[in-house]
Amino acid sequence: MWADEMRALSERRDESAFAALFAHFAPRVKAYLMRSGSAPDLAEEVAQDVMATLWRKAHLFDPAKASVNTWVYTIARNRRIDILRKRARPEPDDLPWGHEAEADQADALALQQESERLAAALTRLPEKQRVLVERAYYGDLSHREIADETGLPLGTIKSRIRLGLERLRHHMS
Amino acid sequence: MPDPARINHHLTESLLLAYATGELPEAFSIAVAAHLSLCDECRARSMTFDVLGGALLETHAEVLSDGALAATLARVRSEGPAPTPRTPVPADVLPAPVRGYVGGGLDAVRWRPLGGGVKQAILYRDEHATARLLSIAAGAAVPDHGHAGTEITLVLAGAFSDGIGRFGPGDVELADEDVDHQPVADPGGDCICLAATDARLRFHSFVPRLAGQIFGI
Ligand SMILES: [Zn+2]
Ligand SMILES: [Zn+2]
Repeated sequence: MWADEMRALSERRDESAFAALFAHFAPRVKAYLMRSGSAPDLAEEVAQDVMATLWRKAHLFDPAKASVNTWVYTIARNRRIDILRKRARPEPDDLPWGHEAEADQADALALQQESERLAAALTRLPEKQRVLVERAYYGDLSHREIADETGLPLGTIKSRIRLGLERLRHHMS
Repeated sequence: MPDPARINHHLTESLLLAYATGELPEAFSIAVAAHLSLCDECRARSMTFDVLGGALLETHAEVLSDGALAATLARVRSEGPAPTPRTPVPADVLPAPVRGYVGGGLDAVRWRPLGGGVKQAILYRDEHATARLLSIAAGAAVPDHGHAGTEITLVLAGAFSDGIGRFGPGDVELADEDVDHQPVADPGGDCICLAATDARLRFHSFVPRLAGQIFGI
């Protein structure tokens, strides 16, 4: 999903692909920011900012590493920390990801499927737990409170990403 | 760089969630990002939390004002792609997120002696938490202490033991109010650690407490 539009954007600055991405993601980024406590005006400004970053960094998007909504989330999250929390979020070292066209394609597909499965699992969570997860992501729980919350059903996607990383480790050695 | 397969002590789910949601004090984020630079296993778990963030992002939408797309396009249309990120730097004991705060590799750290073979360098401090590098000479001990809050210690080189366990390169020790310990560096070589604390440590003996006041441990 959206990977074709990202490629069109990255390869030829395709404005209609950008328009499609904007129509889908800008309203979602705005909602994420408003739910994180930002006023509507600021949320809209930051949403436009996030989409501008998507334009500038389209060539860095790698469908074998993240699905588009994961990637957009990380950009929006970092802008939120920057603007609303006024602090930096140091990032880990870039992974020297091994590239093989076939493996990359399989990884991209697996990642997409696992992301969808996780999204479906999220909607099936008991109301109480789902609300806690949302509150954690919208910055409504302190890290102290988060420390008391456990038991998220995240097992499935781990294994898949794990395989990708094990292949990566194999590549490095 | 430590062998990922030999890391035995990892980050907790709640620390990874707090990092993924942006709720972690910056000093703790340095320690988490440093461990994620060394550890495949936690890296995969951390990515899972980003995927969950992406899934949540899909669940709500707010209408943008007319002309938002046109305004954004007008801003970026003339812009080319952003520069490709940094090329890999030569291997160093310090992972990239730590080098960013030091302003260089291990050679660039400006140590201040604490006495007893222990040196420190404050990397970052704000009202929430402090991150520091500690260098413990082979066989030397960090003063016996309890914790008024949370402490994350990541070993970058060498190893220490403290009665709770032995911690080698890449390992993370988490300590809180319930933990009293005295980390002692292995005799084999100096132990370099990154420690993040969200409140002042409480030292048990008088002299180290005085040192704590002077040096801001
Ligand atoms: Zn780990
Ligand atoms: Zn301690």
